[in-house]
Amino acid sequence: MGLLSDPNRRKALTSLLTRLNTPIWGMPVEWLVKTMQARGLEVFTQSFTRTLPFPDENKERYMVRGTNIYGILRAPRAPRTEALVLSAPCSPDNSNNQAVGLLLGLAQYFRSQIYWAKDIIFLVNEHDLIGMQAWLEGYHHTNITGMDYTPLQGRAGSIQAALSLELSSDVITSLDLVLEGLNGQLPNLDLANLFHAFCQKIGVLCTIQGKLQRGDWDTAEGYTHAVQTMMLMVLKQASGRPWGDHGLFLRYHIEAASVRGINSFRQYKTDATTIGRLLEGMFRKLNNLLERLHQSYFFYLMPSLTHFVSIGYYMPAFGLLATILLLRALDLWVQLGTPAQVTEDGAGEVEPPSSPGVLSVLTPVVISHLTGVALYTLPVLSQETAVEHFPVSETEAVVLTAIAIYTAGLALPHNTHRFISGEGTEQGWRVLKLVALLYLAVLLGCTALINFSLGFILAITLVPAAACVTPHMPKALTALAMVLLSPGCTLLYCVFIFQELQEAPVTLPEGWMLFLSVISQGILDHSLYGSLVYPLLALLIYPCWLLLWNILFWK
Amino acid sequence: MAAPLTLVLVLAVTIRAVLFRSSLAELISERVEVVSPLNAWKRVVEGLALLDLGVSPYSGDVFHETPLIIYLFHFVVDYAEIVFMIADGITAVCLYLAVQNYNKNVFRKQKYALEADRYPHDCLELMRSPREMHYIPLKVAMFYLLNPFTILSCVAKSTCGLNNAVIALFILSTLKGSALLSAIFLALATYQSIYPLTLFAPALLFLLQRLYIPVNLCRSSFWFFTLQYAFMFVGSLVVIVCLSFFLLGSWDFIPSVYGFILSVPDLTPNIGLFWYFFAEMFEHFRFFFICVFQINIFFYTIPLSIKLKEHPVFLIFMQIAIISIFKSYPTVGDIALYMAFLPAWSHLYRFLRNIFLVSCVLLACSALFPVLWHLWIYAGSANSNFYYAITLLFNVGQILLVSDYFYAYLRREHHLSQGLYLRRKDGSEATLVLK
Repeated sequence: MGLLSDPNRRKALTSLLTRLNTPIWGMPVEWLVKTMQARGLEVFTQSFTRTLPFPDENKERYMVRGTNIYGILRAPRAPRTEALVLSAPCSPDNSNNQAVGLLLGLAQYFRSQIYWAKDIIFLVNEHDLIGMQAWLEGYHHTNITGMDYTPLQGRAGSIQAALSLELSSDVITSLDLVLEGLNGQLPNLDLANLFHAFCQKIGVLCTIQGKLQRGDWDTAEGYTHAVQTMMLMVLKQASGRPWGDHGLFLRYHIEAASVRGINSFRQYKTDATTIGRLLEGMFRKLNNLLERLHQSYFFYLMPSLTHFVSIGYYMPAFGLLATILLLRALDLWVQLGTPAQVTEDGAGEVEPPSSPGVLSVLTPVVISHLTGVALYTLPVLSQETAVEHFPVSETEAVVLTAIAIYTAGLALPHNTHRFISGEGTEQGWRVLKLVALLYLAVLLGCTALINFSLGFILAITLVPAAACVTPHMPKALTALAMVLLSPGCTLLYCVFIFQELQEAPVTLPEGWMLFLSVISQGILDHSLYGSLVYPLLALLIYPCWLLLWNILFWK
Repeated sequence: MAAPLTLVLVLAVTIRAVLFRSSLAELISERVEVVSPLNAWKRVVEGLALLDLGVSPYSGDVFHETPLIIYLFHFVVDYAEIVFMIADGITAVCLYLAVQNYNKNVFRKQKYALEADRYPHDCLELMRSPREMHYIPLKVAMFYLLNPFTILSCVAKSTCGLNNAVIALFILSTLKGSALLSAIFLALATYQSIYPLTLFAPALLFLLQRLYIPVNLCRSSFWFFTLQYAFMFVGSLVVIVCLSFFLLGSWDFIPSVYGFILSVPDLTPNIGLFWYFFAEMFEHFRFFFICVFQINIFFYTIPLSIKLKEHPVFLIFMQIAIISIFKSYPTVGDIALYMAFLPAWSHLYRFLRNIFLVSCVLLACSALFPVLWHLWIYAGSANSNFYYAITLLFNVGQILLVSDYFYAYLRREHHLSQGLYLRRKDGSEATLVLK
């Protein structure tokens, strides 16, 4: 992965920089504090440190240290029970400076108004999501992710809504609304509608997923465009990572969205004043809220900003997929029941078919889950030994260990069959398949309730495999089909489809690199913010797929 | 059979010890499905703290367990985990011995009936053999100890485990025929939560059956024994209640424990049916619905006792199941107790009609409880209706399970008296329909 892949060179560079005693880059903490105080806000800082499980490409070191700065604008005549947040992440390459500048300008303007009923917190966070997580944990006195932070000195009441601002230039052509949060959680649809209505009123172009709306809904191209936008949302939601700084607010039941300014080649450009008016309007609307936004949908998919698909429309599709599994399970149950009743003898009792079968089913289940546990714990734990023996960086070591364990699981049935006695062959695989089908159905159901897109994508690929697999099919062809439908390959396809849909298609080697970085990002997200995608796939979905793989190779 | 039982006990203790030492113990002891306001360990600790300060533990409406429990833990609070593991062990061993005893009696009666040629000739395949019945006590102990519900309840240190132990001791002493011990343990169980009072009827029926006293309201021997047993039961209960009074020096445990169980003031969500109803109820109707809900539990005793008077052990199973489903603050520990009995009825498998559906529903609901709780409380995307829907579905599944076993039991008894292949009067094949 470049110059810094060689650990020796990396150590040399770090020691050189430490000797120079310069930070690699820094946030102008004192200047921001002074500026905010000059605008009449109550300013506080919070410093935080976080040890990463392995250094990723962006950070390139194990420990991340930073400072968050926030200023509170107190409402002039209201009790300090509720607050709104406007945040701008301070990024290392100065790409978000316009947002910080706009934030400070808005702070000065808001200070002179008398109509604020809620306190407004202007937050500048460092290191994007890590800083935001530290601030939120400090604000709510929780410690979910094991971060080290100084306690917050100033608070402003319970936060009702939050907006995160990302502006890379001082004139923009459109504003992109980002809704997807951690674990696929979405803010209330009212917030998105509010933002879109305001953009239309002010006359600013508003997009979602970076795609413009089209007016022609009846034509094939219009429909395809809408489907592409919706598929982008599905893929983003399924990844389980927060796609903007707002994503972490949703876990605390705070409706939040991110607004990203895009400067592309278009004639009509909007300047920062208009964006400021837009944000002022948004905040005035949020200021008038009597209760948290909860009237509209929390579960929706948006093919465009003016259309949405609610849970009542998309859940039956998933329900039908789950029904396939349940019907197949019922069919297996009947099959397991009937032969036993045919072979009755005079004195014998009909034993329940599950009781002798359960113990023989236990071995594949336990081994599959142990492999899942290995896939979850070993990559991060064994990065030290991997770096010693192989010329790879830590990130590469973690990712490649994960892929190695995943592929090693494919060899399991051939080895474990030497340990199992193979008793009850015809009965055995049926019982195992029944258990695997019910397990998969319950798992996919629970996943779809929490993160519908993830559940649906997994269901599309796993349900056909689960329903059809038997030991009597042609082994080579079915094995190939099963590998192509496994969770790992599904992730690969999703990466390629995502790039296609964003109109930035990648070649195969680039796609592979992207795939590796997606895996490392998933592992990092899990340990930094508590994203559930990686443990779900490693500990539950992958063992389930291994059970089906076991059935295919049943002797 | 002692060696496999010891092995199962060792395995169960290992699993519980591992979970006690892990970080999951904190998480589990806060789950509303596992602990209720009646039996949460946090509240026992709170009551102990109040007692140490010299204040009545019932002040402040936090502690709702009985005084004997608080005095027990006053001495063993440092070894609480061991106490709960021992309680689970006692329950398992008592159930093992009880079911072993029951199976011996059943087999003996079957032998006598076969020798007296009381069964129709085509019922031979319904007969139970010793080989099939040999492993049932071990399976019952395993079903109790290795049930995830029991393990969760033990790791959460919910006093439901102690309640189950007392009920298991009661069942063992009843099946061994000791009326005094049975009355004492029943009094202890009733003292802890009122609902085991309904187990008086099946215990009485069993002891009458054992002493060959016919259940006839005109016979004086029936009344004599009933009064004896009732006197022992009421006497033990009075002694225990007065002992509690003398331990704490005041009567305020009665409104705090029994008033709390009967009037259901705390509406924390749990896996029962009460909380949602009473959250929506107007004050005007509250008393009426409380009476209706509470009478619902006690009412099933009468028809079930009449129908199952020849089969008191199955009646015990049905009563425990009804208590676990309809009580005011059920938890998964209560469910684990009646589920432990299911292997004892494994010979009914061929007559069960809904077992697949019921198992799927119970499994799915157990998995969905934490998901919907998370969506309601943490994510804020769902509301109480979603959680109550799963609660309702879970309870409907349990009711279906219990009624399915009831149907299968009655059907087997019918076949044993009328023959397996039913014929109408004109000789054509008939089918059995449950009306």
